[in-house]
Amino acid sequence: MAKENNNMETMIRTKQENEEINKINKVVLQTDKLTKKFGGLIAVNNFDLKVSQGQISSLIGPNGAGKTTVFNVVTGIYKADGGKVLFKGEDLAGKKPHQIIKKGIARTFQNIRLFSNMTCLENVMAGQHCRSEEGTWTSVLQTPGQRKEELEIKRNAEKRLKQVGLWKWRDELAKNIAYGNQRMLEIGRALASNPDLLILDEPSSGLNDKESEDLIIFLKSLLKENLTILLIEHDMNVVMGISHWVTVMDEGKKIAEGSPEDVYSNPQVIEAYLGKDEEEEE
Amino acid sequence: MKLNKSIKEKDSIFKNWLIIIAVILFIILPFIINTYWVDVLFFFGVYALLGLSLNIVLGEVGLFDLGHMGFMAIGAYATAILNTTFGIPIIILLPISALAAGAFAWLVCSPIIHLRGDYLCIVTIGMGEIVRLTLNNNPFGITGGPNGVFGIDFPSLGSIFVIDNSTKFYYYIWLIVGLTIFGLVNLQRSRIGRAWNCIREDEVAAESTGIDVRSYKLLAFVLGAGLAGVAGNIYATKLMMVSPESFNFMESCMLFCIVLIGGMGSIPGVLIGAAAISLFPEFFRTFAQYRMLIFGAAMIVMMIFRPGGIWPRKRGAVKFESLLMKAGEENG
Repeated sequence: MAKENNNMETMIRTKQENEEINKINKVVLQTDKLTKKFGGLIAVNNFDLKVSQGQISSLIGPNGAGKTTVFNVVTGIYKADGGKVLFKGEDLAGKKPHQIIKKGIARTFQNIRLFSNMTCLENVMAGQHCRSEEGTWTSVLQTPGQRKEELEIKRNAEKRLKQVGLWKWRDELAKNIAYGNQRMLEIGRALASNPDLLILDEPSSGLNDKESEDLIIFLKSLLKENLTILLIEHDMNVVMGISHWVTVMDEGKKIAEGSPEDVYSNPQVIEAYLGKDEEEEE
Repeated sequence: MKLNKSIKEKDSIFKNWLIIIAVILFIILPFIINTYWVDVLFFFGVYALLGLSLNIVLGEVGLFDLGHMGFMAIGAYATAILNTTFGIPIIILLPISALAAGAFAWLVCSPIIHLRGDYLCIVTIGMGEIVRLTLNNNPFGITGGPNGVFGIDFPSLGSIFVIDNSTKFYYYIWLIVGLTIFGLVNLQRSRIGRAWNCIREDEVAAESTGIDVRSYKLLAFVLGAGLAGVAGNIYATKLMMVSPESFNFMESCMLFCIVLIGGMGSIPGVLIGAAAISLFPEFFRTFAQYRMLIFGAAMIVMMIFRPGGIWPRKRGAVKFESLLMKAGEENG
């Protein structure tokens, strides 16, 4: 596919070209003046975010900046108090999480939320729930159609489990596998729903350097599948290593956005992360 | 694409020889034991059916339902009233009582389905008690108050085949239990059963995985209630009468124990739990007054040493090597 080639090229382009492509590239996800309040606390304040097709975008910021809240609003877990979330031009307001994943946004959680007492294979099979539709009675009677769909689910699950490298743990309960593997399993479960946009909430937290590196390679390989990725990340190596576009958030507001290099040298970003220099007056 | 034919799915519990022996034993049993024990086994069947129905709600989805007897009462009274007042045959009332109980569950559970854990538990206790008290107070003079409704017919297919003795009732209940087990095992292995388990494991993740948590919880309640309604129908026709006292809170607790003892979400476990609840008092008639004491102690010991139940559901039986075209490309 043409898009695929395009994606591959994007990864080796220079900064200027990258910016141009950002302008041309279709915006998949966009938040428009998004606001979310918890009581008196404004967690997200008029926040604009855009995620371009076929790219890895990152959302970074200090602890408590409201990054996860943005994710939760986008995936429908929280309701926005103001502003819009547009996915492929469609307003997601009022949609429930299970409807949003059907539209093509899959996510993982910061604290891994697997179905602990189910096997790895079952976890990934469950990920395909929104892409299957056999009902109660056909399941009770195990009609040929239902068996066929079930087989299809299993085959897809196998494909995804192999993709995240966990096929040998297929019959192991999710709670029993190693932490790094649990992270990958959660990504596998999200991928199983064949999403257009994959939202990862700190995928590298708790991983060692080797695992982080593998994760970077893995995420890059996902771009070949015509997937768009949005991630929250603390690990600067991961952010700089794979992002095409970085948005920086602090205290609910966007303070900077651009290519990783731009953002890295942005004084406001450094200030947000390291604190203000006392001698410099405002 | 050619499908790899070497799919080795050893997940059919029907292939297990233990189960075949158990089934044969159940078929020949009424010819060996006396009528009293056949009746005991009949009530074992009723408890098994009730346990299976509660297992959907409590075991599969993890919703605390301590008012399950309320659903059974709806089924039993629907059967009793429609049969004695309008003379509708019992066999037609079997699905009707299931529908009545299911509809009732849908009605009362819709507004409370979002409640979690203990809160849901308290509401269901209230619901069960309200059903019992309402029946006791004889609304519109149709439930017969504390005395209940008398003179319910036997289940029959016209006049050719009437289920009128203990042995026939025994086969009748176990046939229904068998069909239920078949349906529920299939359900457990479908996306529906998986969705239920996902909700039990983690509601937020289930919702984010694309499972409509609310609908699936309601579905579990309606199905569970429907099955309890079937149990109510059979119970009413066996006793030929129904009274509110059969559906008290203690009975709901017993059902709860069946699922907990057996193992949440485990069908063989529920059968064992039902056996423990219904057969145990028969074997220990002499200790009748210490029954609850022994029972309580047994529960505590169980919870400490086998918190998952006597026969917890075994997962991970899907041992197939590969379903994809290229076999042997295992990695990871």
